[in-house]
Amino acid sequence: MNKLISELKIQIIEQLNLQEVKPEDIADDQALFVEGLGLDSIDALELIVLLQQHYKIKLSNAEEGPKVFRSVKTMAEYITAHQSRNV
Amino acid sequence: MDQRIFVAGVGVISAIGKNLAECLDSLENGRAGIGDMICLDSVHKQKIPVAEVDMSNDDLAHLSGLSKTKSRTALLSVIAAREALNNSGIEDIEALRTGFISANSVGGMDRTEKFFADFFFNNQKGRLRDVVHHECGSITELVADQLGIKDYITTISTACSSSANAIFFGARLIKNNILDVVVAGGTDALTKFTLNGFNTLMILDEQFCQPFDDKRRGLNLGEGAGYVVLVSEKVAASLQKKPAVTLSGFCNANDAYHQTASSPAGTGSYLAMEGALRRSSLQPAQIDYINLHGTGTQNNDIAEGTAIMRLFDPHYPKMSSTKSFTGHTLGGSGGIEAVFSILAVEHGIIYPNLRLQTPMKELPFVPETTLTKNVNIKNVLTNSFGFGGNCTSLIFSKF
Amino acid sequence: MKVLSSDIYITASCTINDHVVCKDETKIFENKDTSLGDFLVSVYHRFGINYPKFYKMDNLSKLGWLASEILLKDSFRKDEYQPQTIGVVLANASSSLDTDMRYYETVKDIPSPALFVYTLPNIVIGEICIRQHFEGETAFFIFDEFDAGFIEQYISNLINNNILQACVCGWVELLGEHYKTVLFLVEKAKKTVNSFTKENLIKIYKLENE
Repeated sequence: MNKLISELKIQIIEQLNLQEVKPEDIADDQALFVEGLGLDSIDALELIVLLQQHYKIKLSNAEEGPKVFRSVKTMAEYITAHQSRNV
Repeated sequence: MDQRIFVAGVGVISAIGKNLAECLDSLENGRAGIGDMICLDSVHKQKIPVAEVDMSNDDLAHLSGLSKTKSRTALLSVIAAREALNNSGIEDIEALRTGFISANSVGGMDRTEKFFADFFFNNQKGRLRDVVHHECGSITELVADQLGIKDYITTISTACSSSANAIFFGARLIKNNILDVVVAGGTDALTKFTLNGFNTLMILDEQFCQPFDDKRRGLNLGEGAGYVVLVSEKVAASLQKKPAVTLSGFCNANDAYHQTASSPAGTGSYLAMEGALRRSSLQPAQIDYINLHGTGTQNNDIAEGTAIMRLFDPHYPKMSSTKSFTGHTLGGSGGIEAVFSILAVEHGIIYPNLRLQTPMKELPFVPETTLTKNVNIKNVLTNSFGFGGNCTSLIFSKF
Repeated sequence: MKVLSSDIYITASCTINDHVVCKDETKIFENKDTSLGDFLVSVYHRFGINYPKFYKMDNLSKLGWLASEILLKDSFRKDEYQPQTIGVVLANASSSLDTDMRYYETVKDIPSPALFVYTLPNIVIGEICIRQHFEGETAFFIFDEFDAGFIEQYISNLINNNILQACVCGWVELLGEHYKTVLFLVEKAKKTVNSFTKENLIKIYKLENE
């Protein structure tokens, strides 16, 4: 899980063009939207693309988004749960 | 300097008809043009409903007089613009200072996609002729040539408000005595570029859209073209068939909130509608019908609805979104919906907002769900709100 | 009919061209021998701007937005105006073609929503308005080349008819590594040496960098 979280932070920074942010600036439990990193609705869509591109997970219901993308930790948990189901 | 701007002619082609009569018939009979993809060859076929014009490029070419190798955007544009000119009663546009102000968002992208499909696998393949008219401006020039308009030609590209902006820019050119006649409006054809883009923004409805419904899920993309022929007072007086509708108000404002979403308070929408009313010297209670932007997305409909609440409360005019018939025609929507608004004044009809089942709980008004005829319509407000916060409202009035 | 523009002035200008930034016809920054992307980021850093959303913009928006930041800095007293009376009118030749092509590359695999957002030229205007809270009329025109006569006529009309009191206008063109932006701040009754005329617009547009 820790390895996945580290990888996710790097991927998020790259996918969302967060050029002034370093992986160590993002806490595992930190809110990604509204407060925290202050991401917006387009960023949410790019995170859906990230899940598909890197983890082959398709989030087709946008309403699940806020829960899944609440923090890097919740993203990692979602990926772990869905990847083991795909196996 | 502030002379009246008259509407001498209108023309349209959309998923609900290839000309005015067919579109009007569909509007009166509740016949939407939304369904499965037929012309566009996309991986989303049978998954995402769209509102295509029910004609192949061959048929459009035949109707327009342009070659079938030209972009569908241009083919649609010529057909609608020519219908508008033919209806205007102007016998010789060369004897008057005539302009063509046209809007589109995709340009010749439909042909470019064909080129790219071949070129991608082998860079010696693909016909360069297919990309010659890729640019938005190029489409306008192609159509202007076909119509024989030479004096003033330009293209506006501001997303979904583009053709509404083209119309009021045309009015300004007449008011400033630069032109006597302007053919203004817009066009867009369905392309994979647009379909994939809107799909990735997750604002498409996988069912038939339900604008202003509490359970709305998104928009359906459409295609088509709509143009008006605007003339000065002097030209209007010289025509045999005297124009009965004027462009009495217009306004453009910026929402200044987000690249693709509207502010919750509907700031841009409010400023555009309020400004149009001010210019026309009308009170909100004097508007008889609003042709809503009403795309069917969660965001637009609440923003637009909130702005209407702020401006019109407690006297709400009848209103409806004709995107429930034609889908969202993007660069063509301002023009097509201007035409429908003018027809509403001329024929005294209020169109229904199709498939509205559950009214939005936040709003104290509900759009019309049935057709009403024989209404004395004096003033119609039509809204076109585009990405980039570009918001435009036009008012057409009976003269 | 000649439109009266005698009481309207160009109160600031900004040019970014050939990796050189000029403000009010004076060179203030240069960074040759870098790629376009790196150059734009260096301008962002050089002027101490703090706006992380900058990094999400496409190159066209970055270019136009940076030029507007430099144009307005220390030159525009925004608080003297109502937001609805400040507008933006821009034009170019290539529309959003640069980003259209980049977006289309992603369609082969998974279309990028962040790129699709920028496949319209007027999003540059959107970015400027979001940053500055301008709510007045905005427009984006497509021309073969910069048309000073059109800009003079169009904006004079807006100001003379009290539709706007101030306007950011000009040319923002970018395709691949080729680009040029020239922006003008135009205000009513704020006298400067450059009255708002076609000749002054062309003079500033054509300024060669030393």
